[in-house]
Amino acid sequence: MDNRDLAQGESQQTIGILGAGRVGTAIARLAVAAGYQVKVATSKAAAENELIIEIVTPGAIAVEALEAATADLVVVAIPLHKYKSLSAEALSGRTVIDAMNYWAATDGDIADFENTELSSSEVVAAYLSGSHVVKSFNHIGYHEMEPDAAVSGSPGRRALGVAGDDVGTKERVARFLDAVGFDSIDTGDLASGKFFEPGTQIFNGSFTSAEFSRVLKTGLVAV
Amino acid sequence: MEIGAYSFGDTQRNADGSLRSTTEAIQNLFAAIVHADAVGLDYFGVGEHHTATMPASSPGALIAAASAATNNIVLGSAASIISTDDPVRIFQQFATADAISGGGRIEITAGRGSSVETFPLFGYDLGEYDDLYTEKLDLLMSINNAGSETVSWSGTKRPNIDALAVVPRPVAGKLPLWIATGGNASSSARAGKLGLPVSYGIIGGEPHRFAPLAELYRRAGAAAGHAPETLKVSVAALGLVAPTKKEALERFYPGWHNLNVEMGKLRGWPAPDKRAYDAQAQAPGAYYVGSPDEVAERIVHLHGYMGHMRHFLQTDIGGIPQEHLLESISLLATEVKPRVERLLAHK
Repeated sequence: MDNRDLAQGESQQTIGILGAGRVGTAIARLAVAAGYQVKVATSKAAAENELIIEIVTPGAIAVEALEAATADLVVVAIPLHKYKSLSAEALSGRTVIDAMNYWAATDGDIADFENTELSSSEVVAAYLSGSHVVKSFNHIGYHEMEPDAAVSGSPGRRALGVAGDDVGTKERVARFLDAVGFDSIDTGDLASGKFFEPGTQIFNGSFTSAEFSRVLKTGLVAV
Repeated sequence: MEIGAYSFGDTQRNADGSLRSTTEAIQNLFAAIVHADAVGLDYFGVGEHHTATMPASSPGALIAAASAATNNIVLGSAASIISTDDPVRIFQQFATADAISGGGRIEITAGRGSSVETFPLFGYDLGEYDDLYTEKLDLLMSINNAGSETVSWSGTKRPNIDALAVVPRPVAGKLPLWIATGGNASSSARAGKLGLPVSYGIIGGEPHRFAPLAELYRRAGAAAGHAPETLKVSVAALGLVAPTKKEALERFYPGWHNLNVEMGKLRGWPAPDKRAYDAQAQAPGAYYVGSPDEVAERIVHLHGYMGHMRHFLQTDIGGIPQEHLLESISLLATEVKPRVERLLAHK
């Protein structure tokens, strides 16, 4: 999808992406296609990532992690067990989309996430205590992101969940999702992210917004 | 273009769905490799897995046996999980197979493993996932490039080696050493920088979307000063060849279904969806399931994006009957390969 007719205010925003793995690079390409200025960073120096960014996410720029953290909206897509390598200080006051999952069956046990009743994004948010953390993008496969992205109003457009404690922040994330190709469903506070974590029906499927809402309602009753 | 197959071992099922023996699975895999050589397939890879349904835990042992029972086929791991093994041992096992084969057709492919069973099994810390891989790859390269029986190496995840003998040496001095990756960009950049050939495991999504990664690999390799002819790309994918598309779809589906049911139990997935299978089993999906014509055309189509020199398929998943695996291997060697070469010659 290439959607460059965004409202000026939205397209002038910068998107910071922390993590240049399969998820981070796919979101970066979507954001570039939607007209955002996209800055990608990893734990390595920007110079080491330049070739990767130039070829794999053309149009984005490689920056240092601290610079990516200053973007209007920051997507975190690093291996979850490294979440404490994020700078809570640099991300303080920022809107952070947590696209990560705690998925012990594939990634192994991580004590911080295993020995708690909290959802994985709540654990991340407790560490990023000054940030506005929103959970989204975690329940779509990286290889589905670009084929499934569609312009606003397309029939059967896929919906992604948005969980967070601040309504205004969630609205900003929803505008971003819409711009890159997805409907969104506000599932409630950050804790409600558990309804689309690994093992849930939403995590395992692909849903329009109407379908998503139906599944969510059933899930809420069941849990 | 080389055409090949790879397998993790595939335990057969009884009529009630229960698993038959892992012994039989290894015997079937060995028979498939011998068959592949007899019909003229170019390559067979054995991928290290440690589950009751996929029991090919020891590629080195299997390849040593196969190297004595085959004549021409190139044999390699696909991949060896080097993070949780000792690179000295891996090298020795494959160099031994190389000696038995007469030399020149044994390869090692180094990977991290797509699942994590080997970490608890061999007592490694998953938190060191990246460091273990980086360091053990360095050791494996040091041994392979040593040029003599005496190796020195130092690191932090394994005791240092101070001028000790690592034997035997390969017939040609060193073994082809590949890097396996599932599509992480930094893995492609790393392989290019090191000047090692790279093997892409494309098991979902649309294969042609891997094209930028192959470009990244070649650009990173060129930037590090490696000659273009040393920068080789191969593609590993799922698939099955049958006389007709209809037969191919019917033969591959039950195994795909079983595998997804079993993975689903482990990972919390729902029952597999036949529509997802049908979508993936045709262009531009990930599975190379079809007649020789269709599979050959799809391999050549991908070649336009990846420029790969080898395309190899995993067919035996979820208890696929052995005769369907063997026929697919025969068709790959005798029907797909000549078509691929004809189509590439006309491009």
